[in-house]
Amino acid sequence: MSQYRVLPGPEHFLPPAAASMGIRLPNPGEGHINGVIVPEEQAYEEAARQFLMAKVPTIFPGPLVLWAWNEKAAKKATAIKHLYETLKECVTPQQQAMLIPMPDYRPKYPKINPEVEINPNHPNLTIWHNKIDCCMFVGVHCHQANLSLKIIRGGTSCYTIAMCAQAGHEDAMLSFRDASVEKIMKLAEWVRKLKGSVTVSQFVSKSGSSN
Amino acid sequence: MSKERIKIAPEFFEIMPPEYQDLVNRATYGKEDRGWKDIGTAKELIEEHSLCAGCPESMAFRYILASLPNPEDTVMVGSTGCTSLVFPHVAVHNIHSLFGNQNAIASGLKRALTVRFPGRIKDVVVLAGDGATVDIGLDMTLQAWFRQEKFTTICFDNELYANTGGQESGLMQKGFVAKMAPVGKMFEKVRLPEIARESGCHYVVNCTVSKPSLVEKVIRNAVHVAREIGPTYLQLYTPCILEIGKNSMEGLQEMRDSEKPTERFAYKEYISEPAKQLLAEIAAKEKEKKAAAKEQLAAQQA
Ligand SMILES: Cc1ncc(C[n+]2csc(CCOP(=O)(O)OP(=O)(O)O)c2C)c(N)n1
Ligand code: SF4
Ligand SMILES: [Mg+2]
Repeated sequence: MSQYRVLPGPEHFLPPAAASMGIRLPNPGEGHINGVIVPEEQAYEEAARQFLMAKVPTIFPGPLVLWAWNEKAAKKATAIKHLYETLKECVTPQQQAMLIPMPDYRPKYPKINPEVEINPNHPNLTIWHNKIDCCMFVGVHCHQANLSLKIIRGGTSCYTIAMCAQAGHEDAMLSFRDASVEKIMKLAEWVRKLKGSVTVSQFVSKSGSSN
Repeated sequence: MSKERIKIAPEFFEIMPPEYQDLVNRATYGKEDRGWKDIGTAKELIEEHSLCAGCPESMAFRYILASLPNPEDTVMVGSTGCTSLVFPHVAVHNIHSLFGNQNAIASGLKRALTVRFPGRIKDVVVLAGDGATVDIGLDMTLQAWFRQEKFTTICFDNELYANTGGQESGLMQKGFVAKMAPVGKMFEKVRLPEIARESGCHYVVNCTVSKPSLVEKVIRNAVHVAREIGPTYLQLYTPCILEIGKNSMEGLQEMRDSEKPTERFAYKEYISEPAKQLLAEIAAKEKEKKAAAKEQLAAQQA
């Protein structure tokens, strides 16, 4: 097994693709944490813990769920909103849960507005601006998610979670696979379950989460 | 398709950047008689762009995007150049191709869309600069026409390579001196509209973008002919005001000066026989529709 671990960065310019470092994807019923394959149940608990530990836990919904292009997408949107509302309820007043869309994959010139959106070509801008220290990708096409997760690992110290509808993401610090409405709801349950039992991170880097 | 599938999940509507909310609420997707007159009242399919202030390419973009007959089922193919910086702000599906490859990409795309969506109208429109169309991509441009690929090629002719600082292009005028072509062009401007006609294009127009109504007409014609018959080509003069030393307000006048009857952008049009027939049929149908609408209105008022 690979000794490489997918950890919060900054790993600096050109972090390697985790797959090229020997990290493999989970099988159905599994997830991975830092590149180590774990039973899915363990991934729920850890994801919920990371969310509750973060000062600015954030969900980044991508185009696959932002647009109600079929019934399944519409239902996932409802579940994601529920997860966000649960997060808001479960964090302390010192924490700020956020929901920031990734509406477009195209690099926007001359700039995006990091307050209201995230762009996969420079996701670090939104993370730096809002001092996001834990985020979850959901509804982002795999290629864009991989690109973006690597950039985040390269330039920020943000903890990344992928709620992936396909086979999972090696480049996230924690990844689910086969994301469904049920799985998103289950993560919300775990957040509720761990409410009050997790200490908020005291770590402050020079510029928030960005380093 | 219309707006049916262009719907934001209600849970996320509030958090979407306002330009996307506007697109869903006020854009003219699915509107049959959409056109340049919607500019100013409906949400345009182009956001703030990064072209130089006053660049006529921006006018051209706005008129073209307002005039596409079927934007929700259109894929545009762009190429490197000043236009490529605009495409990320365009609310029509688009693909950026490697410089010069645009007509090859569009050929494959159009064929794939035809197989993937039988019975559904899918338009493909190439939009590239003169360097991409006539120099580096000339092979791909011509081969697509020889093969009778059913899509529209639009060339934004600014008579040089603008995005890289003003090199000589095939469409540059003879004798012209540019910042990075100090000797002056030694050859005539390539006569691509004539070449397009001889290469099998069924609808060819050479004009400026000074008049939005004209741009609307030629875009609609070109897309309809490409859809039903074969390749079409539009060469639109979009002067690079930066490179020819004009200021932001002077682009329009430059186009008006260049479209005079003796000038190189005097309106020129070629329509093949089958295309003529098709356009006549479309015109007759539109006339019928207008007459019926008039009658209905009169009946309501009576
Ligand atoms: C394969 C390749 N060759 C060269 C370039 C460099 N390049 C970028 S833009 C450009 C000129 C574009 O000129 P044109 O097509 O006329 O577009 P304009 O910028 O004038 O609108 C060139 C040569 C490139 N990007 N890719
Ligand atoms: S360089 Fe020329 S063509 Fe390009 S945006 Fe500026 S004025 Fe327009
Ligand atoms: Mg040019």
